[in-house]
Amino acid sequence: MTVAPPRTTGLEVDLAGLQLAHPVLNASGTWDAIAAIRTFGDPARDQLPFAAFVSKTITLAPRGGNAPPRLWETPAGLINSIGLPNKGLEGFLDRDLPELATLRVPLIVSVAGFSREEFATLVEAVGDRTEVAALELNVSCPNVKSGCVIGSERGEMAALMTSVRPLTSKPLIVKLTPNVSDVVPVAVAAEEAGADALSLINTLRATAIDPHGGKPWLGAGQGGLSGPAVRPVALALTAQVAARTQLPIVGMGGIQDGRDALDFMQAGATCVAVGTESFRDPAAATRVRQELAQQLHLHGMNSPADATTLARQRLRSV
Amino acid sequence: MSVGSTTAVGGGSAGAEGGGAPRAPFGRRACRVVANERIGPYDLVALEDETGPAPLAGQFYMLSSTAGWGGASGRPHLGRAFSVCRATRGDAPLGSFGASPRRLEFLLEAIGPGTERLGALVPGEDAWVVGPLGIGFRDPAPGGRALLVGGGIGVAPLVIWEEALRARGTPTSTLLGFRNTSFAEAARLFGGETAVATDDGTGGCHHGFVTDLVQERLAAGDEVYACGPSAMLEAVRRICAARSVSGQLALEAGMACGFGACFGCVVRTRHGYRRLCVDGPVVSAADLGEGWE
Repeated sequence: MTVAPPRTTGLEVDLAGLQLAHPVLNASGTWDAIAAIRTFGDPARDQLPFAAFVSKTITLAPRGGNAPPRLWETPAGLINSIGLPNKGLEGFLDRDLPELATLRVPLIVSVAGFSREEFATLVEAVGDRTEVAALELNVSCPNVKSGCVIGSERGEMAALMTSVRPLTSKPLIVKLTPNVSDVVPVAVAAEEAGADALSLINTLRATAIDPHGGKPWLGAGQGGLSGPAVRPVALALTAQVAARTQLPIVGMGGIQDGRDALDFMQAGATCVAVGTESFRDPAAATRVRQELAQQLHLHGMNSPADATTLARQRLRSV
Repeated sequence: MSVGSTTAVGGGSAGAEGGGAPRAPFGRRACRVVANERIGPYDLVALEDETGPAPLAGQFYMLSSTAGWGGASGRPHLGRAFSVCRATRGDAPLGSFGASPRRLEFLLEAIGPGTERLGALVPGEDAWVVGPLGIGFRDPAPGGRALLVGGGIGVAPLVIWEEALRARGTPTSTLLGFRNTSFAEAARLFGGETAVATDDGTGGCHHGFVTDLVQERLAAGDEVYACGPSAMLEAVRRICAARSVSGQLALEAGMACGFGACFGCVVRTRHGYRRLCVDGPVVSAADLGEGWE
């Protein structure tokens, strides 16, 4: 992986109108830019590995998160049960947003509501801020009014999208959950109701048993699996959604290197996101980007869009 | 345990100059393994760090092997967090320019796939390193005495801290607890005098817990520095609270990233959940309440 010439140009992509220098983003909740700059100093800002920064999910009210333990390592993966700790909308806008605005890339803010009304408040308030380029809707939480996970049911998805779409002109990216029997109807519902892009996958529901106690290890009982263990699942879902919608896709799930990133593009993704691999190496996504450039070159493609376009033509013709 | 011609350069305290902890290089780097010494049931692994800054006592690194990480079982997958045990820099070779690499030493106990692989590292292999991370120990009040309390593998960060305190002439007592005399071999890592307790009384040591020694020797005005199993730390916390003594506890939690990204390593404090990787691993005993562990 050291032979190809370094390519710093030719990786530009358009994601729902966002002009990005390259197609590698971070998965929400896997990179805290403020903590990273505190830890590594300016290089974490100046050499940010991502072409756009996706915030950790914010909710309307502040949340402390789940009781520990929150982590369990699996073969080639990680179960997390973090529970969306965040400062809440007001705390985010007052304290985190000014710091995140110092990043030199477009900012995508991830929001989650426990009802359509909460989502509406979040979308309107966040979408209003000039520092924000786009919003990602985390629809993996339950709607407390219906008891249904919004992203698991197309009616819920359509109703949410219909209610928030008029509230902002900024791109709305829907983060799809894999914990459904069929992801396609939810993706189609999001598209029909005005989503600008889709991102997938969120983590796969998972649990672990404490080998000493015989009970669930995680404080919250269960969590979500990420890392290379989920990659084939993520690829399959990406390809299914790419075949049945026109929307650009941010593909993610266990991406570790440039070949993995190209796999997602050849499954129809426009962009990719690195998550768990950043835990192993804070600068992993820079390497992924460099290797992706080599892979594109190796396969005779001039740009990431070449790979995506070819893949989507092929997927739609099947 | 002489450090030979090396000079201690690590082990300062957090925030002594108001500048906070040194900043880790961004991204992981490969460091050559230069030694792996058996200390009782422990492994003392030494790495040569060409580019990292001097760590503070109490800071940690995320370590993994560059080869054979996640072997047949698919685990380990993530790096493992270890407090630095010693950090020294040798004299630059005659006629050379620049400094010689920093030697970082880590004390490991093989209890799972990660520590087993790291404990099996041999000189010439490389390890991935991210760090130094987190915040370190803070100095005792001027003129104050330091009481170091270590349990088992938790003695690791106290080795570098004791060395720094001794170099500065801070009066320091070191109390250590181990399961038995075999584990107690780690006491020889300390340059100064130590008092040792063993759970089974072997080795002619105090038969019981290290916290018995703390009860005996703690004096008003001491600053307690402790690292060890959570039950020991809770006992130390209670003693500090009962005797109105200030304490700093180096805690441990499963970590995925080490730099604040995953929010997985939280501990419950009086101010809510805090990430041990960026707001610790050294936590003020007064910030912990009942049931934190």
